[in-house]
Amino acid sequence: MKEDLVEEILESVNLHRSFNKNTPHLIINANEVLSSHQVEGLIMEPEGLPDGVKAKLRVKEGVKIGSPVHLCFGLLPERGVQHIIMDIEIEDEAEVSFMAHCTFPNAVDVEHRMEAQIKVGRLARYSYFERHWHSDEGLVKVVPVAHIELGEGARFSTEFELLKGRVGLIDMDYRTVCQAGSLAEMKARIFGRKDDLIKIREAAQLQGEGSRAALITHIAVKNQAQAEINNEIIAEAPLARGHVDCKEIIQDNGIARAVPVVEVRNPKAHVTHEAAIGSVDSKQLQTLMSRGLSEEEAVDLIIEGLLS
Amino acid sequence: MVILEIQDVSLQVNSSLILNHLSMEFQAGYVQAVVGPNGAGKSTLASLIMGLPDYRQHTGDILFEGKSIKNLNVDERARLGITLAWQEPARFEGLKVSQFILAAAKNKDKKEVDRMLEMVGLEPARYRSREVDKTLSGGERKRIELASILAMRPRLVLLDEPDSGVDIEAIDRIFEAINHLKQDGSTVVLITHSPKVLEKADYAFLICHGLLVDQGETTKIMEYFRGKCLPCPHQNVPEINSAAVSGGIR
Repeated sequence: MKEDLVEEILESVNLHRSFNKNTPHLIINANEVLSSHQVEGLIMEPEGLPDGVKAKLRVKEGVKIGSPVHLCFGLLPERGVQHIIMDIEIEDEAEVSFMAHCTFPNAVDVEHRMEAQIKVGRLARYSYFERHWHSDEGLVKVVPVAHIELGEGARFSTEFELLKGRVGLIDMDYRTVCQAGSLAEMKARIFGRKDDLIKIREAAQLQGEGSRAALITHIAVKNQAQAEINNEIIAEAPLARGHVDCKEIIQDNGIARAVPVVEVRNPKAHVTHEAAIGSVDSKQLQTLMSRGLSEEEAVDLIIEGLLS
Repeated sequence: MVILEIQDVSLQVNSSLILNHLSMEFQAGYVQAVVGPNGAGKSTLASLIMGLPDYRQHTGDILFEGKSIKNLNVDERARLGITLAWQEPARFEGLKVSQFILAAAKNKDKKEVDRMLEMVGLEPARYRSREVDKTLSGGERKRIELASILAMRPRLVLLDEPDSGVDIEAIDRIFEAINHLKQDGSTVVLITHSPKVLEKADYAFLICHGLLVDQGETTKIMEYFRGKCLPCPHQNVPEINSAAVSGGIR
């Protein structure tokens, strides 16, 4: 039974053929851990909740996990709530990358909430790639909240991708506090359709000298979809550097709003931002159309590039 | 055989007459140049032939293989085999060179990407996965645009200032690509004010202030252009009335 569910979840994220059970992983359906595998230096302690799973993940000091850790959070029924609480600690000089898939292939009315506390130790490295797979018609509410603390010289990167299926509602809130010499990079790429609503709030507080952050958001909205992006970088320390980049393409009756906040509290710090919102660039469109693509095909390709 | 005929075309933008009763015939299978000083209306003519939205309100007609294309959109003209390489090619953030070339390609085999890159002198392994964005130089983007045009196997190519912003090596590769296009049977129209580019043409049209001033063998037009247009002594006001000019490659 569990194996069938694992197969179904992996199939929904197109990993059923390539998945290797010996790679470090944690596969969850609703509030049940279906499969997990740990490797030396990686400790995963999942615990079932009435409506989800609480998990502690720890990478021991100095350990470098060679292959990406697969995390798969699924909710296969049409309706339901999944609450994921993550407590992640990457100890000093440790290194890990996560490949996360969140899948709701049959969703009609599904809510996926994630609360994460992430600590990345001194000179440690953490990267997290998260791809969402939603159904085409159903309503999914995705509410991820993360608080991230970066130690001295730590490197943290996260990438969120939701390109296939309906977004439904996404309400993301990630906040990072960066100590000296650390680097935070947060990217989101989302395509909203119909009456999807995308709300993103990403913030980085550059507390330590020489700390850096880049907040990059690329969004496309069509039909009646709406997006509101609030990116904030506060630079408090000397030689802190930050950049906010928000690009949004709108089509049809879509609405996009970008609210970049940059605040510099030290004369030796520097933060920049760029935001571009609008329809597809006419020169790009005309170039592709002059190669024989229809307007619709050209727009799709331009958006595919922006969100790649 | 005439592939493209411009029939008494005029275009006014605001109160300026950019093209003034222009009539020209382009012969199939040749490299032909439209030459003239800056502001003569050359790029406007190319945009108008391609059917770009800001250049559709002209009078007169444009015939492609004997049929009017005046009411066709850009993509409809492209599907007939007409295409345009911009003086400053567009940048596409996130779009890979291979995607860009394959989007235009008649043959959708991925090997086509490598073949086209090799034809414009770019090493496939180094370029196919790069993005068509600001990380590429102007010369690289021009060559990649040309690779996409080669992949399209067009009937008529308009190359707007093919040497602008490119280094010596790149321009030689661009000239080689023009030869490939001609060998493949494409008609090439070079839009230029550069004598070096003009040299590559079999035949040339000289336009000035939206008027056709002269046309003929490239050597003849080159002599006129070098002698009377570089630099332009009369601030883009032609000395010769276009009514006296007629002909074409016969």
